[in-house]
Amino acid sequence: MTAPNQPATPDLLYSEAEEDLRSAVRALLADRSGAPSVIARTESDTPYDQHLWKTLAADIGAAGLLVPEKLGGLGATHREAAVVLEELGRAVTPSPFLTSAVVATAALLALGVENGPAAELLGDLAAGRHTAALAVPFAAAPGADHTADVTADCGALTGTVRGVADAALADVLLVPAATGLYAVERAARGVVLEVLVPLDLTRPLAGITLDGAAATLLAGPDAGAAAVRHGLLTGAGLLASEQLGVAEWCLAETVRYTRERHQFNRPVGSFQALKHRMAELWLQVVSARAAARNAADALATDAADAPLAVAVAQAYCSGVAVHAAEECVQLHAGIGMTWEHPAHLYLKRAKADSLAYGTAGRHREAVADLVELPAP
Amino acid sequence: MTTTVDAAELLRRTRELLAAHPPATTGRTEFLGARFDAGLAWVHYPAGLGGLDAPRSLQPVVDAELAAAGAPDNDPRRIGIGLGMAAPTILGFGTDEQKQRFLRPLWIGEEVWCQLFSEPGAGSDLAALSTRAVRDGDTWTVDGQKVWTSSAHLARWAILIARTDPDLPKHRGISYFICDMTDPGVDVRPLRQITGEAEFNEVFLTGVRIPDSRRLGPVGEGWKVAQTTLMNERVSIGGARIPREGGMIGPVSRTWRERPELRTPDLHQKLLTLWVEAEVARLTGERLRQQLVAGQPGPEGSGMKLAFARLNQEISGLEVELLADEGLLYGDWTMRRPELVDFTGRDAGYRYLRSKGNSIEGGTSEVLLNIVAERVLGLPAEPRTDKDVAWKDLAR
Repeated sequence: MTAPNQPATPDLLYSEAEEDLRSAVRALLADRSGAPSVIARTESDTPYDQHLWKTLAADIGAAGLLVPEKLGGLGATHREAAVVLEELGRAVTPSPFLTSAVVATAALLALGVENGPAAELLGDLAAGRHTAALAVPFAAAPGADHTADVTADCGALTGTVRGVADAALADVLLVPAATGLYAVERAARGVVLEVLVPLDLTRPLAGITLDGAAATLLAGPDAGAAAVRHGLLTGAGLLASEQLGVAEWCLAETVRYTRERHQFNRPVGSFQALKHRMAELWLQVVSARAAARNAADALATDAADAPLAVAVAQAYCSGVAVHAAEECVQLHAGIGMTWEHPAHLYLKRAKADSLAYGTAGRHREAVADLVELPAP
Repeated sequence: MTTTVDAAELLRRTRELLAAHPPATTGRTEFLGARFDAGLAWVHYPAGLGGLDAPRSLQPVVDAELAAAGAPDNDPRRIGIGLGMAAPTILGFGTDEQKQRFLRPLWIGEEVWCQLFSEPGAGSDLAALSTRAVRDGDTWTVDGQKVWTSSAHLARWAILIARTDPDLPKHRGISYFICDMTDPGVDVRPLRQITGEAEFNEVFLTGVRIPDSRRLGPVGEGWKVAQTTLMNERVSIGGARIPREGGMIGPVSRTWRERPELRTPDLHQKLLTLWVEAEVARLTGERLRQQLVAGQPGPEGSGMKLAFARLNQEISGLEVELLADEGLLYGDWTMRRPELVDFTGRDAGYRYLRSKGNSIEGGTSEVLLNIVAERVLGLPAEPRTDKDVAWKDLAR
């Protein structure tokens, strides 16, 4: 056996257009997604700021980044979507961008249709008129099978799905079943959502129970399953950029705080034990950026080794975000344990993200298959 | 005459050199000498000193053309200390006479150089060095001990820093010299290390007499001169692309694939974690390279040595464990004197032991973490008690 094929050289930098997009999103979030307002919103009945989402989705056009122009989108790529996720992670903003504009959108795009219900729905998602959620557990890894939870009978769906991210707010649910991929209006008769209490307060989870809910068939079994896989692969790959954003904020804020906080008549950031922890974290963040960019570029260019790039990015970035958030809480000490300081939002987001779209362990298993390092 | 030497001109001169000295019929040293004299050794150096005052970025034009013609190279890995450290320092601080005397034989490889900086009591805290140089008219007398000196047993010359004024604070009482390694009083002894080999030497200096004409830079400003040397020591990671599985993860991955009987669930998890980290380190290096090419150098380089040191140590540790019975054996404890460190050509036990040095040599990981924390993250320095105290009054 030989070493795996060498990949084409990916573009790991940010383009000028990507930096412009970043500036626009960052300015919007600085203005409308400050930590106090995020904390206040997590305790309200409306987890998302609809005005903020409309500005991001429609005015900046983020919802249509992955959608080709002929279907009503901006015809940009995963690279741009990744930059949006970095900023959403950095501000720990509650938003359906990842679930609707990335995962559901990528699943629909994988169907490759230019008209019909899927194409129409893509147009609505791209314009920010509607949001959609793929009805599989948020923890589902790209390779897992999700067709057993729901059965279809004459176009009516019955079954339950656990822990679906952003389901309670989505206008449309994309439901996989053994007979294909279906679209169900969330408000349709026979759709019952049980709102769950999530670890990550900025990303709502719900259980879905379908009891003869009317559904539109979007694709048959094979195309449907491939679409779900592609949606989850895209989600896993770009989630790495959200994790990068989370980690970057945690490091930057910890550095800022420890430079200012004095104990023993010195800034605590001057103590070597703390400096080394922050320097180690910096190295991990720098590495996570390369891994996340590589995954985004591989998805954008539909590279042959995109599944490996995604698995490597998830296997690495999940841990970095959690480590950064845990260090952030510890190095902030007492204040880091309080509700009013935003560190806990990042810890909860990072930990939940480390389960989302497959744990690091699941992605390492994928790496084992892809590079021929088989289990004993 | 002022001309801008561009790529076309360099190519023209390179072809002229090749025509006048066909590599197939020209001796190695003769060819290298002709190349130096043509200004094609390091094109960014001044004319007459091996260069043409051309942009440094054009060196690959010359190198590629010469390599294609099968011209001999000057074995830059073997004479790395001369090329990477002594030459830029001599160019920056040497007298015209010193430049004329030393640069040509250095570049051709006729004269090997070594570096007499580190001491048993001055490693990370290099400015604490205690090797003394005492002036007597036009001559300095040097006494002390240096350590971790690569190539000292092969070297004709050394760059040396020594204390010339113990009454000043430690950074201000140091001067910089060129030391003749053949002088009486220079005693080079192999330093056998953890692998059984002796890559390095200890150098004992006893009453070594150095003429003042071989001082580099003003008396007492040796620390400043040494900064030039040390800045040039930093290996540029920007150059080479590393292929996937190009580092130490390569041998262990191959062993895993070829020998299923060695596999255990626990080692599988460790291997996959390290495989992912090695791939991410490769991508981080590639991103750094792309930043340099795009003219946006980032601070990532400061961290890459840390990452590779840790990875090398963890991967080679895993490899010994994976090999089971064979991991208990070691290839060869003979005290060899290798000129180059060859990680991948040796066995797993050697890799495990030698990689322990990766977090020590060229700046310990602890010192590099301080540098990242202070220079990249802007964290405050620790309070220092040595800055304004005369060297002789410091606790040692």
